[in-house]
Amino acid sequence: MAQELKTTERQVPSKLDGSERTRSRPVFVPRTDIYETQDNVVLLVDMPGVASDGVDITLEKRTLAIRGYAADQQHENYGQVYAEYGAGDYERVFTLSEDIDRDGIEAAQKNGVLRLVLPKAAPAKARKIQLKMA
Amino acid sequence: MLLSDFGRTGFDPFLEMRRMQQEMNQRLSGLTAGAQEFPPINLWMGEDSVAVSAELPGIAPDGIDLTVRENTLTLKGERGSPAESEKSAWHRRERPHGSFSRTVQLPFRVDPEKVEARFANGLLEVELHRPEADRPKKIQIKG
Repeated sequence: MAQELKTTERQVPSKLDGSERTRSRPVFVPRTDIYETQDNVVLLVDMPGVASDGVDITLEKRTLAIRGYAADQQHENYGQVYAEYGAGDYERVFTLSEDIDRDGIEAAQKNGVLRLVLPKAAPAKARKIQLKMA
Repeated sequence: MLLSDFGRTGFDPFLEMRRMQQEMNQRLSGLTAGAQEFPPINLWMGEDSVAVSAELPGIAPDGIDLTVRENTLTLKGERGSPAESEKSAWHRRERPHGSFSRTVQLPFRVDPEKVEARFANGLLEVELHRPEADRPKKIQIKG
């Protein structure tokens, strides 16, 4: 189901569509696991530093957009001397290939991981049409 | 090769620029990804203390094993893979899983009794202090 719109790895410097964000924080592409079971499509998105109220998920047609806004880390009286990761927001957009039952979507953010369960829509039931006997 | 490209598509300098930018980004992202260790850490220095923060998403606070020895801090733990009992098909597996261990060398010996660790939203923060006896003493010069 997953065809990604942005192709860059961890950071998103691509502004190919010409638009810019209003916030000047760096934006990262969160690492994501996606698997599909019989009934669901499950996404696990690593967004460390993002609390449950900082997650914003939108599903429009088949475009699933996940955004996470991390709270600022305060280090008073400290100066950074070494860095392997940066603080910033997360953003990733997927195109779904399955039809999703929108009312059954579940999302939970725990320990910095977003778990998103998208139930597949039941295939339209075949209806048998009875012919009336004249 | 370039000339033949132009012949087919017509000259579009912007297309060419975008293509080059993408190519460049791909090469650079490969470079940074090589340095990626789990968990990534940041180091902060205070006056008589040092703070280590690490990105540990998906790990419960009691699943992290922290040990301090002299001037090293070791982070250990395990990140389970989201194993599904039912039949499931993977679309993407980007999140690292398995056990990890990382030892950080600190700029000074730390007091093992005065370590504060906090964990929230997948971010671990450890604050370590220098023992009283090890702190640099200011020496007054007699005039």
